[in-house]
Amino acid sequence: MNSNKKNKLIDTFFYGWGFFSTLIGLILLGLFIGYILSIGLGRINLDFFTSLPSRFPHKAGIYTALMGTLWILFLTTLFAFPLGVAAAIYLEEYLKKGWFANILEINISNLAGVPSIIYGLLGLQIFSRVMGLGGNLLAGSFTLSLLILPIIIVSTREAIKAVPQSIKDASYAMGASKWQTIWYQVLPASFGGIMTGVILAMSRAVGEAAPLIVVGALAYISFVPTSPMDEFSVLPIQIFNWISRPQPGFVITAAAGIIILLLITFLMNFIAIYLRNKYQNKYN
Amino acid sequence: MDNQIETDLLTDSEERIKNKIKTDDLNVFYGNFQALKNINLKIKPNTVMAFIGPSGCGKSTLLRTFNRMNDYIEDFRIEGKILIDNKDIYDKSTNIELLRKQVGMVFQKPNPFPKSIYENVVYGLKIQGINDKHFLEERAVKSLQQVVLWDEVKDSLKKNAYALSGGQQQRLCIARTLAVEPSVILMDEPTSALDPISTSKIEDLIFELKEKYTIVIVTHNMQQAARISDHTAFFYLGEVIESGKTEQIFTSPKNMRTENYISGHFG
Repeated sequence: MNSNKKNKLIDTFFYGWGFFSTLIGLILLGLFIGYILSIGLGRINLDFFTSLPSRFPHKAGIYTALMGTLWILFLTTLFAFPLGVAAAIYLEEYLKKGWFANILEINISNLAGVPSIIYGLLGLQIFSRVMGLGGNLLAGSFTLSLLILPIIIVSTREAIKAVPQSIKDASYAMGASKWQTIWYQVLPASFGGIMTGVILAMSRAVGEAAPLIVVGALAYISFVPTSPMDEFSVLPIQIFNWISRPQPGFVITAAAGIIILLLITFLMNFIAIYLRNKYQNKYN
Repeated sequence: MDNQIETDLLTDSEERIKNKIKTDDLNVFYGNFQALKNINLKIKPNTVMAFIGPSGCGKSTLLRTFNRMNDYIEDFRIEGKILIDNKDIYDKSTNIELLRKQVGMVFQKPNPFPKSIYENVVYGLKIQGINDKHFLEERAVKSLQQVVLWDEVKDSLKKNAYALSGGQQQRLCIARTLAVEPSVILMDEPTSALDPISTSKIEDLIFELKEKYTIVIVTHNMQQAARISDHTAFFYLGEVIESGKTEQIFTSPKNMRTENYISGHFG
């Protein structure tokens, strides 16, 4: 009876503690978003999207940074998606289990946790200097590809692993070869999971400033990139730029930029969640 | 010379008529564990062979050697021979994909692909590179009719196969196997996950199918083995203890262990 009472008390305590912790997170996030909205929302209009950066806070816009972000997003996905998915297929379906596979698995998971600025330094040396790309879009998107490759590989492996063995068995028993089984069964069945991981990785890339600054994207850019060899800026760097300005007017411009960046990442996360919900429980 | 070839052909075809599947001193190992010991079995064409025995006795292992599904298991090793149509299927020259088109398999749990009913049935043909829509549809209809599923699904061929009931799914899996026109069908406890009505439908089906195909079925259900099979092999600890005509095995088993097993004393 006594221990029963005690258990109930502990139960109540843990419920309260969990609720309180969740609330702290929500309140802080709410305050932050509310604060940013209150400062920057009034600054957002059509001109904000179509204006070039300017010395005058009320004239400055995100046009070049937004285009730079879209370019970076496109190129990074172009490089990282096929590489990441192919590597995951190899690791999951072809590589024999053993010490080598274990070492690879541990290291890929570790790579996903390496601070992004380290990738920036790597990109600076290899892509900007050795390959001579400087601070152009190609160097930036190569660097971000390295950054999100481990994330794509890990999430794609999880998605592939979730395809039941019984479906692969059925395919093999029908006379399908290994690549046919992967192409016609494993990939379509894990499509939702793969896309979810890829989009989350992309939204990570969109928010990164540090590695791109290291590669050299901090330069003042007054034009929109027209080819992968052009220099560029992206939204997080543009925001960083504005915040470092002494004029108080740029705080408002920066807040408006943050709102747009938040909208983009929210939208991508929303798509990822939608895909996950749509494709989950497929085998039940 | 010509004569020699002729007699070779003759003995070859005679052998085919006698035995669809034949194992010669077959031993199977998983690492150090010997799963099958000295198996010498003959399965005649257009008959139903039932493998019975307690769990872990090797009957599924043997079934899965007939279409080389064990190849994916690490440490799997085989000694002796398995002849299907008088050809050694573990010979280096064997094309495994081709073998599996010849030897179809139905699994314990219905495992349709997460695709439409139609796509399920034509999958085996499509991976062979057949794209003729007319041909595919014809084969799909024929296969679904063979498993008596056509009337139930003819208006919903585009629906996902997961929307079907368990029994319908299993019949779909059989139709999928039939569509590539194999000559042998392996069934690994095909009704163990199904209700009695679905089970009896599948049993009726097996009875029909043996006119065209050779069927090997693993079952834990003694009545099922007695009802549908022509021959029965009783497995125990990796050995075939007794095999013969089903009637004889069930009415006058020669071995004590067989008798104990089929009368429900163990297993």
